[in-house]
Amino acid sequence: MTLANTIAPGAGRSRLRPGPFALTLPALVLLTLLFMLPLLRLFSLSFAGGFGWYEKALTGGLYTAVLYRTFEIAGIVTFFSLVIGYPVAFLLATTTAKWRAIGFACVMLPLWTSVLVRTYAWMVLLGRNGIVNRMLIDSGLLDAPLSILNSRLAVILGMVHVMLPFMILPIYSALTRIDPDLPKAARGLGASSARILTTIYLPLTLRGIVAGVTLVFVVSLGFYITPALLGGGKVMMYAMVIEQQVREFLAWNFAGALSVILLAVTLAMFWLLNQGVARHLKD
Amino acid sequence: MDAVQGVTLSGRLQVDAASKRFGPVAALSEVSLNVAAGEFVTILGPSGSGKTTLLKVIAGFETADLGRVLVDDADITELDPAERNIGMVFQNYALFPHMSVARNVAYPLAMRRMPKAEIATRVAKVLDMVELGGLAERLPKQLSGGQQQRVALARATVFQPRLLLLDEPFGALDRKLREQMQIEVRRLQRRLGLTTLFITHDQEEALVMSDRIAVMDKGRVLQVGPPSEIYEAPANPFVADFVGESNIFAGVVETSGGSALRVRLEQGPVIEVAGRADLAVHPGERVRVMVRPERFVDLATEPNSRYVNRIDGRVTDSAYIGVSDKYRVVTAEGIGVLMRLSSGPSSRRYSAGEAIAAGFHAADARLIALQ
Repeated sequence: MTLANTIAPGAGRSRLRPGPFALTLPALVLLTLLFMLPLLRLFSLSFAGGFGWYEKALTGGLYTAVLYRTFEIAGIVTFFSLVIGYPVAFLLATTTAKWRAIGFACVMLPLWTSVLVRTYAWMVLLGRNGIVNRMLIDSGLLDAPLSILNSRLAVILGMVHVMLPFMILPIYSALTRIDPDLPKAARGLGASSARILTTIYLPLTLRGIVAGVTLVFVVSLGFYITPALLGGGKVMMYAMVIEQQVREFLAWNFAGALSVILLAVTLAMFWLLNQGVARHLKD
Repeated sequence: MDAVQGVTLSGRLQVDAASKRFGPVAALSEVSLNVAAGEFVTILGPSGSGKTTLLKVIAGFETADLGRVLVDDADITELDPAERNIGMVFQNYALFPHMSVARNVAYPLAMRRMPKAEIATRVAKVLDMVELGGLAERLPKQLSGGQQQRVALARATVFQPRLLLLDEPFGALDRKLREQMQIEVRRLQRRLGLTTLFITHDQEEALVMSDRIAVMDKGRVLQVGPPSEIYEAPANPFVADFVGESNIFAGVVETSGGSALRVRLEQGPVIEVAGRADLAVHPGERVRVMVRPERFVDLATEPNSRYVNRIDGRVTDSAYIGVSDKYRVVTAEGIGVLMRLSSGPSSRRYSAGEAIAAGFHAADARLIALQ
């Protein structure tokens, strides 16, 4: 009796408390109106006439090839973001307060600049008469300008540049949570710098690495502006194909099917990456 | 079981005039310290005394600006910490949170590329020795503070280091557990014959555990000696004050000669103090006299005893400690004295405001040189 009496009021109160849910309501309304409803509309459009549009999207060699290339580019971008971003994050986490502030400004400033502006900046840098080609020719290293722009290389360069902060920040955050005595202890126990990296830093920043990799990979799958401008129409990514269907052919049903496929594949990747880590971190 | 690691009496440590500055602060000023093989030496000092810096210089995490560190006559001053073969237990243990107990302990052996089978037997032996055999697969966060402590100890000794360094390892433990760990660490250290340098700011811990104590303050080693010497014969006022409770009286020598001398305290009264063979003083010289609070005897309970020195005063504060009663007493001349008198049914208890008379022997008054 007494037990029931002491438990009941607390349980009842927590069930009735509307606070946290009420606070998320504006965001929920906004998401529903501007995101979920259009998505549902696209979803229903894509099924107009059964699975025909999906059949076209998944069997036509062109569209699966673009999907494959999109994955490939997103993978390459993720790889280079990680390889470049990890040392930067490490430097930020271990340097003095002054250099950390300067480093952070360098990492964050691009983030506050429009992607469009940054992409145009790359066009200025990489163009036939761009700064890179000028310097190479003036220094005598080259006779004729390289055509870097409108290539896969340019797209990857531009995308890595845009995505770097999203890789650096979660890794930095994971690094700062490591007790500074751990690498010292490892060194005292006989570990070389390389082994401290592989046995202490990498495993302890795994969560940050996965967060960064997931973010960069998933966002890269849906990139539009950067590949469109730096690829010059030669490097097709999935988002560009969708846009083309809508804008040029007004093929809403087919665009809907392509969108659903991209979304499904993205969610699947997201789930797989998180599954892998969850299993690894359990043991 | 006893020959787990083989008692090897190597690991003689020599710190030779080590100095280290951090900007304007001298963390170490010409610190010299010799530790014999198999000896347990405690570095005792308040925070900021430089004791942790000294440990880091020995471990190799800091490099001394001047001076040398030698182990078994080999100069290791410039050696990388990874190559020093020194075991260290960090203040917060620094266990690797993503590795099991067994993998933590195996870490130094794996870094030395020892065959897997040998690692397994060694780890099992060490874990048995620290009574953690059943917890090998646990993660550090699943262990209690005392258990984590033992893992850290096992990891720091499993690779047969030449030296064991302990940086205030009991700070996070409660009193009971701390006393138990003090005994266990000492037992393990004796069994392995490991030269050990132990850092603490807890003077009681230092007195209980050490073969010798080195008292540090402001980057200098003030006195090195066995616990009884540090406690009974402090070399200077700082050591007297830092190690245990003490009354330190300032005064001037009136007469010297024979085994005792008379010192007139600043406030007027004259007390008799045992002379020191190693410290010659002359009439007119300013000195300090130290009397430990527990050396006073309540004259009301021992009316027939003879004490050359007598203090009459009034109790201003009293506290019941259990093993003794602690009193703050002020004499008519205004001298403040801290006393610990034996408590119990046979002794009298005083409360604030009451008059008290206490005596002490000349031998219990220690002459300290002014420095």
